[in-house]
Amino acid sequence: MTMTRIPISKINRERWRRFRANRRGYISLYLFLILFMVTLFSELIANDKPLLIYYDAGFYCPLVKEYAETRFGGEFEAPADYKDPYVRDLIKQKGWMINPLIPFSYNTINYDLKGPAPAPPSTTNWLGTDDRGRDVTARLLYGFRISVLFGLTLTLCSSAIGIMAGAMQGYYGGSIDIFGQRFIEIWSSLPTLFLLIILSSVVQPNFWWLLGITLMFGWMSLVGVVRAEFLRGRNFEYVTAAKALGLSDTRIIIRHVLPNAMVAAITFMPFILGGSITTLTSLDFLGFGLPVGSPSLGELLAQGKANLQAPWLGLSAFIVLSLMFSLLVFIGEGVRDAFDPRKVY
Amino acid sequence: MTNALLTIQNLSISFKMGDRISTVVKTVDLILQKGETLALVGESGSGKTVTAMSILRLLPASAVYPTGSIEFDGKDCLTLSEDAIRDIRGNRVGVIFQQPMTSLNPLHRIGKQLKESIFLHQQVSNAEADNRALYWLNRVGLKTPAAKLAAFPHQLSGGERQRVMIAMALINEPDILIADEPTTALDVTVQAQILDLIQDLQAEMGMAILFITHDLTIVRRIADRVAVMKEGHIVETDLPETIFTSPAHPYTRHLIDSEPKGWPDPADEADETLIEVSHLKVWFPIQKGILRRTVDHVKAVDDISFTLKKGHTLGIVGESGSGKSTTGFAILKLTASRGKILLGENSLNDMDKSQIRQLRKRMQIIFQDPFGSLNPRMSVAQIIGEGLSIHNPGMTPEQEENEIIAVMEKVGLDPVTRERYPNEFSGGQHQRIAIARALILKPEFMVLDEPTSSLDRSVQFQVLELLKKLQKEFHLTYIFISHDLKVVKSLCHDIVVMKDGLIVEAGNSDKIFSDPEHAYTRQLMATAFQGQRF
Repeated sequence: MTMTRIPISKINRERWRRFRANRRGYISLYLFLILFMVTLFSELIANDKPLLIYYDAGFYCPLVKEYAETRFGGEFEAPADYKDPYVRDLIKQKGWMINPLIPFSYNTINYDLKGPAPAPPSTTNWLGTDDRGRDVTARLLYGFRISVLFGLTLTLCSSAIGIMAGAMQGYYGGSIDIFGQRFIEIWSSLPTLFLLIILSSVVQPNFWWLLGITLMFGWMSLVGVVRAEFLRGRNFEYVTAAKALGLSDTRIIIRHVLPNAMVAAITFMPFILGGSITTLTSLDFLGFGLPVGSPSLGELLAQGKANLQAPWLGLSAFIVLSLMFSLLVFIGEGVRDAFDPRKVY
Repeated sequence: MTNALLTIQNLSISFKMGDRISTVVKTVDLILQKGETLALVGESGSGKTVTAMSILRLLPASAVYPTGSIEFDGKDCLTLSEDAIRDIRGNRVGVIFQQPMTSLNPLHRIGKQLKESIFLHQQVSNAEADNRALYWLNRVGLKTPAAKLAAFPHQLSGGERQRVMIAMALINEPDILIADEPTTALDVTVQAQILDLIQDLQAEMGMAILFITHDLTIVRRIADRVAVMKEGHIVETDLPETIFTSPAHPYTRHLIDSEPKGWPDPADEADETLIEVSHLKVWFPIQKGILRRTVDHVKAVDDISFTLKKGHTLGIVGESGSGKSTTGFAILKLTASRGKILLGENSLNDMDKSQIRQLRKRMQIIFQDPFGSLNPRMSVAQIIGEGLSIHNPGMTPEQEENEIIAVMEKVGLDPVTRERYPNEFSGGQHQRIAIARALILKPEFMVLDEPTSSLDRSVQFQVLELLKKLQKEFHLTYIFISHDLKVVKSLCHDIVVMKDGLIVEAGNSDKIFSDPEHAYTRQLMATAFQGQRF
């Protein structure tokens, strides 16, 4: 029983209980986490390399290491192409291999299509292929992962910056507040999309570039609520009491005012996550997003639009996106209600 | 008892919370007779407001009435239809609430709100209603009533708003007026005026008043009969003479004994000076325009000076807005100020932030709202120990723990409860926690900003006794800020009377209480100690 022990406060346990009591939100969180966990391991599910090869009394793991074709008795020094029936036969003669559930990676082109790409759903390509003959299921898996990872990183970074900025403005007030607010007003009225388009023509955008650019224009979403909470919270008597005890400003902000603001901030986070994913998707849709060839839901949507004769493209992207956003909104609702002391379950 | 206007028999009231039921009023019998003033006395949580509100069925929907009846005018209020009870509300029975600030709608003009209650119960023309509203504003003693009709609530002072509330409650000439602590939120001098007004109107109109209060001074002044309530029971009903001179129930006796009285422990005049304040000014700028030019100042504290000796208590007395709390905050450097503040050798206004932070452990503060001054997310041990880790960084957790336990025992808290959170404690205990938090730093002097005004009398008494005990034990110096002269009298050696940011009178407490010089001080004394009939 020392002071350093951090207790899970009663109020948080109560919030968790209330979140669980909201069935829709709880189930959504559950589903979302399962989907996210599954896609985190996309390489094991959808890949054009076997998971494990047993060849000539030795184990090989192509996922980790690249092997030349000659290793399996082939003729070329080039990396082995495990889709090539010739290589497959070579391996099968002296051993076996375990293939993933979906034998395509996001960038594997299926050359054995019966018709021109995009090919309709079949037993090999469950959701068909896109216009370059890549498997839609695999691209959805990888695309979901990159969207969520992008969204999470953007949410965490923009929340961290937003909370800090809001905390400073709200706590110190005065000219810091006035100049901060004016800056945010001007900054947020910049036409983000055009700036993004200009920037992406200057640099070749990759994941981190995109993250940086969207973060530059997206960190303001939490400033308002956090600032408001701090403006209110800094006048609480226990904050004055802490000041009278001689606590430093940083410590007062972190221990006494921030916890109040966090309620509002956390309530917003699932919605910010949804917004971040939308940003990435729309950039990809417009062609200013992730580099060409990356698995992306936005790009799939764009293909669906360009290939109306292949409805499986647009439909599958649409279904995955709407499922993801519905889950996020339901989770957000659950969190919001769990933090709302006026709601009783 | 043929004159009974309202008869409450065997009334119980419970509240449903989820599947729990808590009974807050238990088998209460109460009779209100024509034209009398019945004071319903008790501490907070004793069920007095709930009892009164049940008469008009103004309780929230979770309230249920397991037993009893409320008979008014031959009908049982508990079984009347919604329409019938609505006809009684505001028409036959008027109510004044505690908070004049929030019981008027801020978006409507006073005249409109007054007329609304006329139109609800009487068929009159608009012009007639205007006349009547004007007449009533006049009658409740508002200056320039015609202008007040067109005013919004925020343009009126607290006292004026309470007068409007009284006018609203009485405009339909009810038989009963329920006054729920109508003066608690007001300053003492305004309090006295409102009580006078209510009494005058009662004499004119002959209505019965059910007066709910926890303040025995008010009871002494106005009650014809007194009912004492405790934990949902009425423990005693009698004439005030009997109640105050020979209370039958031990709880009544306890309430009366809890009235602050006595004198502070004598302090040595030869003690050295600890605090010297000279020409202290706290001015808040009034800014206008986009460029925020300072056009004028609100002079919250305007050029005041006093000294305070070690081990003494200085009382700062005044009404709200007189600058007494601001003075306390300025001395602790919680508000920017000008002038000289000496704490021992240190001139506080010439020191920078980090130097002040070092000095903080020598000067501490106790706030008015004990719950509000404790962070609800921290356990009691964390709250009390917070200052320790800053001012004694070398302490091991065990040493801190021991200090916390020691100080909790000192202020009368059970150390076993130190892992609990503030919401599990009562108001008096909150204040003890706040005192422990200040005391653990071993300060030389403390500012007590109305530390007892939000507490019930009996708890107030305990906290005051604790403060006196600690002062004796640690030779503490206090600045005691209060509007309650009775409390000040029992604790302070010296007194400063403030009005509008200025000191109107200062001196030894004996002298000020026995022979106040300034007219304002005399008025304060008169309102605080008048009406002590018994």
